[in-house]
Amino acid sequence: MKTTASIALLALGFSSVTATAQSTGITWWHGMGGANAEVINQLSTKFNEAQSECAITPISKGTYEEALASGIAAFRSGEQPNILQVFDAGAATIINAPGAVIPAEDLITGAGHTFDREAFIEGVRYFYADSEGKFVGMPFNSSAPIMYINTEAFEKAGFDVPKTWEEFEASAPALKEAGFIPMTASQLTWQFTENFFSRHNIQFATNNNGYDSVEGTEMNLTDPNLIHMFEKLAEWKDAGLFAYYGAGWADNQTPFEQGKVAMWIGSSGSFGGLQKTASMPFSATFLPYWDSVEGAGTNTFIGGAALFAMSGKSDAENACTASFFQFLTSPEIQKFYHQATGYVAITEAAYELAKSEGWYEQQPVAEVGIQQLMLPSGEWSKGYRLGFYPQIRSIMEREYNRIFAGETTVQEAFETIKTEGDALLARFAQTAG
Amino acid sequence: MTAISAKPKVQAEPAKRVQFDNALLPWLFLLPQLAVIVVFFYWPSVQAVQSSFFIEDPFGFGSTFVGMANYADALASREYRRIASFTAVFTVLVTFLSLAIGLLLAVKADAVIRGASAYKTLLISVYAIAPPVAGLIGMMFFDMHIGPFVQMAAWFGWNMQVGLNYFDTAFAMVFVSVWKQIPYNFIFFLSGLQAVPVSVREAAFIDCKNGWRRFRTVTLPLLMPTAFFLLIINITYALFDTFGIIDVMVKDKPANNPITLVYKVYNDGFRGNDLGGSSAQSVILMVVVFALTIVQFRFLEKRIHYG
Repeated sequence: MKTTASIALLALGFSSVTATAQSTGITWWHGMGGANAEVINQLSTKFNEAQSECAITPISKGTYEEALASGIAAFRSGEQPNILQVFDAGAATIINAPGAVIPAEDLITGAGHTFDREAFIEGVRYFYADSEGKFVGMPFNSSAPIMYINTEAFEKAGFDVPKTWEEFEASAPALKEAGFIPMTASQLTWQFTENFFSRHNIQFATNNNGYDSVEGTEMNLTDPNLIHMFEKLAEWKDAGLFAYYGAGWADNQTPFEQGKVAMWIGSSGSFGGLQKTASMPFSATFLPYWDSVEGAGTNTFIGGAALFAMSGKSDAENACTASFFQFLTSPEIQKFYHQATGYVAITEAAYELAKSEGWYEQQPVAEVGIQQLMLPSGEWSKGYRLGFYPQIRSIMEREYNRIFAGETTVQEAFETIKTEGDALLARFAQTAG
Repeated sequence: MTAISAKPKVQAEPAKRVQFDNALLPWLFLLPQLAVIVVFFYWPSVQAVQSSFFIEDPFGFGSTFVGMANYADALASREYRRIASFTAVFTVLVTFLSLAIGLLLAVKADAVIRGASAYKTLLISVYAIAPPVAGLIGMMFFDMHIGPFVQMAAWFGWNMQVGLNYFDTAFAMVFVSVWKQIPYNFIFFLSGLQAVPVSVREAAFIDCKNGWRRFRTVTLPLLMPTAFFLLIINITYALFDTFGIIDVMVKDKPANNPITLVYKVYNDGFRGNDLGGSSAQSVILMVVVFALTIVQFRFLEKRIHYG
């Protein structure tokens, strides 16, 4: 009996080996860790079980930056994966390297599938596309900067949650009176700079926010509205209406989790984690904007990352990559990913599916990010494409810390960022040229 | 390296001289070591020097020769100079403090007779902690919201904000880096002290009652070979090996916090994907370390008496 069982097992093992030998293997390098990496493994298993021609292997390469650096190093030695996950700020690096990737849309249509740009929600549609709107990267994990609310704080202070910064100014002193820090924010570069431009529909950079050309692109960082925003932040900090704990994400999130803060600006993707760590009931709302700025209130850019199909692979492997991209955008899988991680659903169909099942009635906070991305878009809220952008973000982080440490004025800080940032853009144009 | 090993003509003691029948044989024995040095040191160095003259797109599709522009850009940058001066101050502080405290503890532990091994084990055990772990522990001590050191500083009216205030972060970095390196120095100083012959100590004891003077005039000169070795090791540590501690303490986002030149090389090269600029910076660093090592060996080592 025992021998029969083991022979059967052996046969089973053998058949599964032959199955993988027949299928085409593709690799996927990503920059996710912890629970999110687990979900990526689950996605891969689902794909491998759903069909037999292709087998995908996901490999975690550390952080976003490390994944991009590994992908680049691998490409240079001809060992690149089929799929590389690249984060928002690194998009220009990979898209401007002609021949490093096959545009996702070409890959999918080339493999005989149809591709409908309109199926994706508004805020996701342009960010990883070229200036003609063709998808170069396949949007994957997408998030939006949203404002989390400590509901008890607002009950105590007797105010409504602010929609605009004008309303914030009106209610913040009462929140302070009630014993709370009115506001903290976790990533000023993303929430108060890049998305300041999108939310207020103001041009971020010349050359159509960098989409049209790398040559001579300059950033609009001395825009009076942006300067005003940071002067207000500095003023609020001095008045005890805003607290700033440096560039680290968690340092600014922790006091909110501890219930000391009334409003915290984080990511729609923070939702899953907050449910476990927050010590008080919370809700969420859109990122506020200045009502006084004409045309403000547009949608925000997507944050997060996209998947890129690296070039130099066989047709069979590319076909597998294409079917994996198709699989990822199917409503069922999108809904699964959205619910498992807190990242927004990127297609209308997936959003409708989650909605029809009553997911947002149970979890209203999960809907805020996607609703914000679905707000009407303006000319300047589609995206930006700036080279060496991770370094430009570092310069911003440095200068913002200096503003709040009182080492520089807002005007001077932004002039410095513009000078150094524009120099980096010029340098990037040289590398791409 | 090769120059030294290729000079067997030096008059050595006949008993110690090794004879090879075949002239190629010694080279064959050296080959594995040389291969390691060439593959892991010379080859990357040559590549770094080469790419420091180019501006290159990260994927390697095209590169433009720019001459010395990458060097000029780095040296002209106010930010680079700020980081360079911090690196100098940081290196001096970490080297001096970890050597001084290591020596002090070694001298005191050497004098302890009862329970000596327990003391020594306690002092040495910190060395077993990996730098990122040391950084992580340090970060918890100095955490803005829960750090015990921050709470202690608050008793003295010091509103410590590691990660936001430049000086506070610098203080925490030096503190953790020194703490991590003391055990290493302690081990070497202790063994150095134990190598001082008992007869010399006793003779000194008869001649001089003043403990400090005895230490300064007899023990310290005999410890100098150890101290010189440790000086070089500690400078290298402060310049390069503190990377893990810094990375953890700035939480991936240096912002306006102090960082060292090595961290900047990493940041520009691996996170910023600017290979040319990053290579130029690493070549500058290489030249500085090379010059420093020459100075140390030519001027400092001459004053040291190897017993």
